[in-house]
Amino acid sequence: MREALFEVKNLKRYFPAKNGKSVKAVDDVTFDIFKGETFSLVGESGCGKTTCGRTLLGVYPKTDGSILYEGRELGKLPKAEAKRFKRRNQMIFQDPYSCLDPRMTIGAIIQEGMNVHFKRSSEERNQQVTQLLYKVGLTADFASRFPHELSGGQRQRIGIARALAMEPDFIVCDEPIAALDVSIQAQVVNLMIDLQQEMGLTYLFISHDLSMVRHISDRVGVMYLGALAELADASLIYEKPLHPYTKALFSAIPDASRRGGSKNRMRLQGEIPSPMDPPPGCKFSPRCPYAQEICRQQTPALRELEPRHFAACHLAEQLA
Amino acid sequence: MEEQNRAQEIALSPQDFAICGEEAGGADLLARKPVTYWQDAWRRFFANKLAVCALVLLCVIALATIFAPLLSGQSPTARNLLERKQWPSARHLFGTDELGRDLFVRVWTGGRVSIAIGIGGAAIVAVVGCLYGGLAAYFGGKVDMLMMRIVEVLSSVPHLLVVIMMSVVLESSSIPTLLFAMTVTGWCPIARLVRSQMLQISRSEYVTAAKIMGVSPLKIVMRHMIPNTISVIIVAITFRIPGFIFGEAFLSYVGLGVQPPNTSWGALASAAQNSLLYQPYMMFFPALLIALTMLSFTLMGDGLRDALDPKLRR
Repeated sequence: MREALFEVKNLKRYFPAKNGKSVKAVDDVTFDIFKGETFSLVGESGCGKTTCGRTLLGVYPKTDGSILYEGRELGKLPKAEAKRFKRRNQMIFQDPYSCLDPRMTIGAIIQEGMNVHFKRSSEERNQQVTQLLYKVGLTADFASRFPHELSGGQRQRIGIARALAMEPDFIVCDEPIAALDVSIQAQVVNLMIDLQQEMGLTYLFISHDLSMVRHISDRVGVMYLGALAELADASLIYEKPLHPYTKALFSAIPDASRRGGSKNRMRLQGEIPSPMDPPPGCKFSPRCPYAQEICRQQTPALRELEPRHFAACHLAEQLA
Repeated sequence: MEEQNRAQEIALSPQDFAICGEEAGGADLLARKPVTYWQDAWRRFFANKLAVCALVLLCVIALATIFAPLLSGQSPTARNLLERKQWPSARHLFGTDELGRDLFVRVWTGGRVSIAIGIGGAAIVAVVGCLYGGLAAYFGGKVDMLMMRIVEVLSSVPHLLVVIMMSVVLESSSIPTLLFAMTVTGWCPIARLVRSQMLQISRSEYVTAAKIMGVSPLKIVMRHMIPNTISVIIVAITFRIPGFIFGEAFLSYVGLGVQPPNTSWGALASAAQNSLLYQPYMMFFPALLIALTMLSFTLMGDGLRDALDPKLRR
């Protein structure tokens, strides 16, 4: 059996909003992340993917639920372990322009975290910076430059080098390619895949680029309005999506092999409801073409409908 | 047949498609020594000729206010009724006033007051503004709300009105009173600036990255918050100094500032007003120095702003 790195159970993260309400960014989400895999979270903007990733790393405190890291509750790690957690779990950011301090040189940026966790002489550190730059496909002379002198793709590589400097096991990749050119996207993703194989990294890959997710992921979770709609191995979920939302989402992937004529796209009506007051029952029910009475009354649980294929839909069997 | 001919004509080999002139790794090289942020800013400031000229001019003016009165050997208050209203000459470089006092010495002595008030006022404003803005940003929430509303109320009162009222109410025209009157609301813009910078930086992704990496809060403040705020503050202060010099000159000119026998550039210009038609030199020198000092500070501030912003690096 695969070994779980993170076990997330009923995780909730609410943000306080005006007049006593709260934005339910992540609302009762349960999933595992196994060692060495790439687990992807996909969904529309604002569905809670990023919040989920950030809560996992402790950037935001969780509202409720539990996050087990290597079988231990995250909030209750002893001090030395908590420090080790901060070294072993890193993040790559979406915006390559705001994730690097404009007043620090690339060398200083890469060294920043390193200095907290490793005792090294300045010579060793510089050597390490050179190695890391080389690893992400840049040269040593980048160390003396400032972020604004670099292109978006180069900055994203610096972001990756900064994460790698900590010698991590797990990296949350928060839409690392969304702000990049298509030609650069492939370079960065391939770099990430190479690094994963070389260093045995585990990725939580957050994206709305469905084709890229298929290319990179072992397992995929589909989020809608703060909740998981479907969770399965990448091959299973792309071949045979079970949840109506997943079907609609995946039918929007452009298909280059299809010439002329439209394939049977499933078009959704309406907008995503506000996460401040989500609809009762199944959150997707107001937009679901198959919704029935039960969908509007009961929140569907994530059920294992097929081996390693989970979906949160009352009607999944009938619709299959 | 035709195709063969064409192939021979072109005759391409794999060597023709080799990448030329590119290093392994595909990155373009840039030969430059590693420099820190401050070294780089320093270098860029000195590359800006106008700003350096301004800095040199300011140094000359500052040194002259300190040493010129001592070297000339004349007293700024000694009257000589035989040498009243003399035009500039070798004996009196800037001429004499209606009481026969040497204007050269008086102008430089007055400069001491003007520059001291300019720098002192900016320093007070900077310290109060940074503390206030920093605290508001640090506490956030309701405290922040309350503190910023107070700032808004204070800055909605016309500045010169407050200064004039304070000078009248305090019934003294000593330099500390003058400074107090001018800084009592003057710190508000700096407080706003500092608060917004702090908030912006503390929510930036590079601070989030530092938190994830376990960098201590103190180090985050030292390495991210302060360097990213300090340059903005330095520039703001540099631009505030001429404002204070001018404010003092204005107050002295209308008679609320420095009182005789002390003097400042504003007071000198005020005194020269009566004989402007016949002795314009009395007005010329203090006015020139006010203008030069303010211009130099503004140009230097401009240069500093460009130097401290790495995005403007050429």
